[in-house]
Amino acid sequence: MIERTRWLDWLAHATVLIGIAVVTFPLWLTFVASTHAPESFFRGLMPFWPGGRFLENYEQVLFEGVQGVGGAPVGTMLANSFVMAIAIAVGKIVISLLSAFAIVYFRFPFRMLCFWTIFVTLMLPVEVRILPTYEVAANLQLLNTYTGLVLPLIASATATFLFRQFFLTVPDELTEAARIDGAGPMKFFWDILLPLSKVNIAALFVILFIYGWNQYLWPLLITTGDQMTTIVMGIKRMVNVADSTPVWPEVMAVATLALLPPVVVVILMQRWFIKGLIDTEK
Amino acid sequence: MEKRVVFRHRLLPYLLVAPQILITLVFFIWPASQALYTSLLREDAFGLRREFVGFTNFQRLFNDPLYLDSVWTTLLFSAAVTFSILFFGLLFAAMADRIIRGITYYRTLLIWPYAVAPAVAGVLWLFMFNPTIGIIAYVLQGVGVSWNHNLNGTQALIMVIVASVWKQIAYAFLFFLAAMQSIPKSLIEAAAIDGAGPWKRFRTIIFPLIAPTSFFLMVVTLVYSFFDTFPIIDAVTSGGPARATEILVYKVFRDGFIALDLGSSAAQSVILMLIVIGLTVIQFRYVESRVQYQ
Repeated sequence: MIERTRWLDWLAHATVLIGIAVVTFPLWLTFVASTHAPESFFRGLMPFWPGGRFLENYEQVLFEGVQGVGGAPVGTMLANSFVMAIAIAVGKIVISLLSAFAIVYFRFPFRMLCFWTIFVTLMLPVEVRILPTYEVAANLQLLNTYTGLVLPLIASATATFLFRQFFLTVPDELTEAARIDGAGPMKFFWDILLPLSKVNIAALFVILFIYGWNQYLWPLLITTGDQMTTIVMGIKRMVNVADSTPVWPEVMAVATLALLPPVVVVILMQRWFIKGLIDTEK
Repeated sequence: MEKRVVFRHRLLPYLLVAPQILITLVFFIWPASQALYTSLLREDAFGLRREFVGFTNFQRLFNDPLYLDSVWTTLLFSAAVTFSILFFGLLFAAMADRIIRGITYYRTLLIWPYAVAPAVAGVLWLFMFNPTIGIIAYVLQGVGVSWNHNLNGTQALIMVIVASVWKQIAYAFLFFLAAMQSIPKSLIEAAAIDGAGPWKRFRTIIFPLIAPTSFFLMVVTLVYSFFDTFPIIDAVTSGGPARATEILVYKVFRDGFIALDLGSSAAQSVILMLIVIGLTVIQFRYVESRVQYQ
């Protein structure tokens, strides 16, 4: 038996609670700031308790945008972010499922070449090929389009590997049975493989939704029009207003709106999230 | 590992991999080869003239004090970020591993910052460090530190480090916790019976057994600190003041996209590619070596 050391248990709880307090404090402060009038931030110390301007501030940013910044209302940005995040997550899952299916269930010339081509994407994040990728997108007339926002981001080595690993664990007997019953490859994929992959798909969707929602550099490069701004990239302009101090309550309302969807997804789908996170890195 | 039972079809497999391969070729491999090619050229900002200059761009880069400064800033930044993330991740995981009741709630409350976009995380901390209204600046003023990250480069660097660490502790925490909980209880119990106290058990059993996870986390966190922190830098400091927070990936963006120094930016891209390739290879070597533990 392991001895119970009382003071150590207390220390464990205390450390974790302090950690939680430190980690959660910025969120509380952000929310509090988003419910006050701008005047509350002229005096020295900011308030620690929510004020009475919750509705006004959120209404202002959602439907009209942050004062003095211009650009699209945050409602539009939120819509853009949702479209981008969901399209990226669904797109990545679909094309990874298909290519993993091909690589595991078929033997064809250049199979390994395909595998390594997909693998290479791991080594080439947007950040190291900014300019030439922008040029390609510009030449294909993809600037300021949803296609341009989404398409270049949906290649996914990690998702392909995850599905490949999973398909390899699916018993061969299932495939044989399906073949004896006269099912073609696509019928097998659709009726047997896909239902079996549900758990993996759900876990991956959570991770990829967060990935898509939090994209920054690529939307920054590819969109110039106000109507295409996503909320995560839009927030930068609200902070760096020329010649004046940012309207903090409204900026913090935008920050709250920007972080809420992915955070809610993580909290509600925690089990899938942890599975997805740990599986994709294996 | 390969499947014994496969389907036979001449065309179908190619159709299935086509979307992924096409996107990879068009948006990954072609741009990367372009970067490689451009790094050997000198081109004026309007793209009118190009000449082949060999490795001159690289030579210029390594003789450029601004680039060397940026390398130094990156090393400092990445070391601080990686170390802090691993330290706090391990600390919280080791403590949470002891807690039996309420662990799910604790875990939920600890991991949510992982979902926050780096740019938004940056803005949150920018607000708290704000010299006139920020709570942290206020507290620091109280203990005699005059905080102004708009003027003081070191302070700006500290601010982006704090924001980068805050966002990513959850990740290390989850992996450490998963690794610790997969250690067989019998090992720990055997050590306890032999009289090893909690600290000794951690040092001689738990820590060696989670070493592979630590190594893996170190590599992944290094990649994070090198590349994924771009939004924090861009949204919070834009590399300033006086280039104090200009890490390599930010410099590529700035030199290429804003200063339009194409040859130099391409050469910097190539160097960054080499870094990612190196780190990825190390990471996958780890995956292979880990098999032996199981």
